[in-house]
Amino acid sequence: MDFLVFQYPMITIQACLDGLLLGILFALIAYGMALQWGVMNIINIAQGDLVILGGYIAYFMYLYGIHPAWGVIVSPIIMYFVGIAIYKLVINKVVDRDLFISILATFGISILFMQLMNFAFGADVVLANSGYGTTMLFDNNVVLPNSKIFSAFISIVFAICLVVYMKRSKLGRAIRATAQNARAAKILGVDTEKVYAATFGINAALCGVAGALISITFTIHPYMGLPYTIRSFMIVIVAGLGNLPGVAMSGMGLGIFEEFADYILGTEFRIGSVFLLLVLILVYRRFKLSRKREYLK
Amino acid sequence: MSKNSWILYIGILVFGLVAPFIFPAFKVQLSILCVLIVLATTWNIQGGEMGYNTFGNILFYGLGMYLCASVQVGMFFPLAEWTESGGEKTFVHTPSQFFQGMAAGLLVAAVVPTIVAGLIGYAILGLRGHYFAICTLGLGVAAGEISGGIEIIGAGQGFTTPPFPNIGGLEARGEFFYFLSFGALVLTFIAVRAIYTTRFRLILNAIRDNEDKAEAMGIETMKYKITGWMISAFFCGLAGGIMGGLVGYIDSTDVAFDGREMGVFMVLMAILGGKGTLWGPIIGATLFHFFKEGFWTFFLGWQYVALGVLIVVIVIYFPEGLMGWLREKYPERFGEVVDEADRKAQVELK
Repeated sequence: MDFLVFQYPMITIQACLDGLLLGILFALIAYGMALQWGVMNIINIAQGDLVILGGYIAYFMYLYGIHPAWGVIVSPIIMYFVGIAIYKLVINKVVDRDLFISILATFGISILFMQLMNFAFGADVVLANSGYGTTMLFDNNVVLPNSKIFSAFISIVFAICLVVYMKRSKLGRAIRATAQNARAAKILGVDTEKVYAATFGINAALCGVAGALISITFTIHPYMGLPYTIRSFMIVIVAGLGNLPGVAMSGMGLGIFEEFADYILGTEFRIGSVFLLLVLILVYRRFKLSRKREYLK
Repeated sequence: MSKNSWILYIGILVFGLVAPFIFPAFKVQLSILCVLIVLATTWNIQGGEMGYNTFGNILFYGLGMYLCASVQVGMFFPLAEWTESGGEKTFVHTPSQFFQGMAAGLLVAAVVPTIVAGLIGYAILGLRGHYFAICTLGLGVAAGEISGGIEIIGAGQGFTTPPFPNIGGLEARGEFFYFLSFGALVLTFIAVRAIYTTRFRLILNAIRDNEDKAEAMGIETMKYKITGWMISAFFCGLAGGIMGGLVGYIDSTDVAFDGREMGVFMVLMAILGGKGTLWGPIIGATLFHFFKEGFWTFFLGWQYVALGVLIVVIVIYFPEGLMGWLREKYPERFGEVVDEADRKAQVELK
C-alpha cells in the first residue's frame, strides 16, 4: 500500500481535482439512468455499453481526421436513434413487466453490444487524442489535462440544457407527468408510448455525449461498459430519483473515491473497489431502511 | 412416489452410469452438462422458489473453484511457488496425493462458501427485488476483480490446477471427472427433491409470493432465506470445485467469477426450463447446453451475439419457460383440476 497520498498534499489535491472532473461525467450518465428509471421503471444494464458505443463514434471520427470534440454533437444524434431502435425492439415489451425481466433483457443487450463492438472496433484499448495539452497548477505539481476540464464543462452545459428542456418544453412536461403517474398522464392525453421512446432516446443521447467525452479524456474498450452502469446505478440510489443536485454531488463524490482508491489500493483494485462500494452502500441502505421498519412495528 | 417415477429415476441413473462408455467422445461435455444442471437447480432454489433473483451464485462457484485447487496444492506443496511457476511444474502430485487433495478440496470448496453465504446472508438478503439483483451482480464482479489482484492464487496470470496423475491417460481423467460431476448431480437432485417435499419449500414459496404477509404469519423469513442461500452456496461451491479440476486452469474473470458467462447461464437455464419447478432447470440446462455447443461450434466468434439475442428472446417471449408453457397447455398433468366450462369460456374469450 502506498500512503504517499497522505504525506504529499499535492497528490491529494491532484486526486480531488481528477475525481471532481471525472465525477461530473459520471453524474451525466447517472442522470440518464435516473431519467429512464423514474419514467419507465427500468434498470438498464446496457447503459455503460451505450456510453462505450458513443465513445466509439467519437473515436471513429478521430480516425477519419475529424476532431473528436465534434463527437460531442454527432454522437448524441446517432445515439438518440440507437436508443429509439432499442426501445422499439426490446424495451417496450418489458416496460410494464417485473423489474428483473428488464434487468435480464438489458443484460442480454449489453452482451450483444459488447461483442458487436468487439467485432467492429477490435479489442484494443483506444483513445481519441484531442491534442488539448495540459494545465499546470501549484508550481507544476498538479497536472490537469485540458481535455478533462473541457469534458467537465461540456457535461455541465448538457446537463443544464437538459434541465431547462425538461422544465420548459412540452415533451419535457409530458415526460415529467408520465414519471409522476403514467395512467393519469395517459388519461389527460399524453401519448405515453411516445414519451417512453423519447425518454430512452434522450438517455441514449446523454450516454453518447458522455461516451464521446470519455473517449477524449480517458480510454475506451468494448468490455468496459459494466462499471459505468454500476457507477450510475450507485449514484442514483445514493442521490434518489429526481434529485439533480444530489446526482451531481454523489457523482463527484464517487469520482473522488475512485481516485483515492486508485492511489491507495493500486490500479488493479480500482474497478473492484467500485463494485465493493456498491455492495456496501446497498447493505448500509438496507440496515437504515430496516431500522425505519422496526420503528413502525 | 409412484411406480412410474421410480422407473424414470432408475432409467436416468442407469443411463448416467453407462453414458461415458456409450459416448466416450463426449465425456467432458457430459461432465459440463452435469455441472450446469447442478448450477441451474441450485439457482432455482433461490430465484425460482424464493423469488430472490440472484446473479451472485457465481461468487460461490468461483470461490469453490479457487478453494478446491488451493487446498489440493497447498496440502502437499507451497502454494505461492506453485502459482509462480505457472505452467512449468516443479512439483508433481502422486496419484494418492491427487485424490486425497481432491477429496479434501471438494469438502472445503463446499463448506466454506456455505459459511460465507451464512455470514453475508443477513446483510444481503434484506435487500429486495432489483436491489438484490444488482447487489449480487456487484458481489460477483467485485470478487472477480479482487481475486485477479491477489498474488498467491495467481493474480492476473491464472492458476493451473494439479494435472491428473499419470494413470490410464485421458480416458481415466475423463471418466474420473464425469463420475465426480455425475455424483454431484445425483447428490444435488436427491437433496433438492427431499427439500421440495418439506414445509421448507412452502415457506420459500410464501416468501416469493408475499414476503411481508409471510412475516406477518409468523414465519421468520430471514432465517429461511439464509438457509436457502446456504444450500445454494453448498452445491455451487461443489460444482465450482469440480469444474476447476475439469478445466484445469483458473482465471479470475474468465473461468472462476465469470459473471458474463456462467453467472448468466445459470439464470437463463432455469428460466428456459421453467422457474419454480423441480424438472424445469434440469430440462432447461440440457437444452441450453445443446444450443450453446451448437452455437459455439457453428457460429464461432458470433457466440456472444447469439447468446445476447437468445437472452432477450427467452426473457421477453418465454419468461415462464418450458414447464410453464406445458403447465398452461396441459394443466391436468400437473395435478391441477380444471373446470371444463371455465376452460371453454376462456378459449372463447381468446
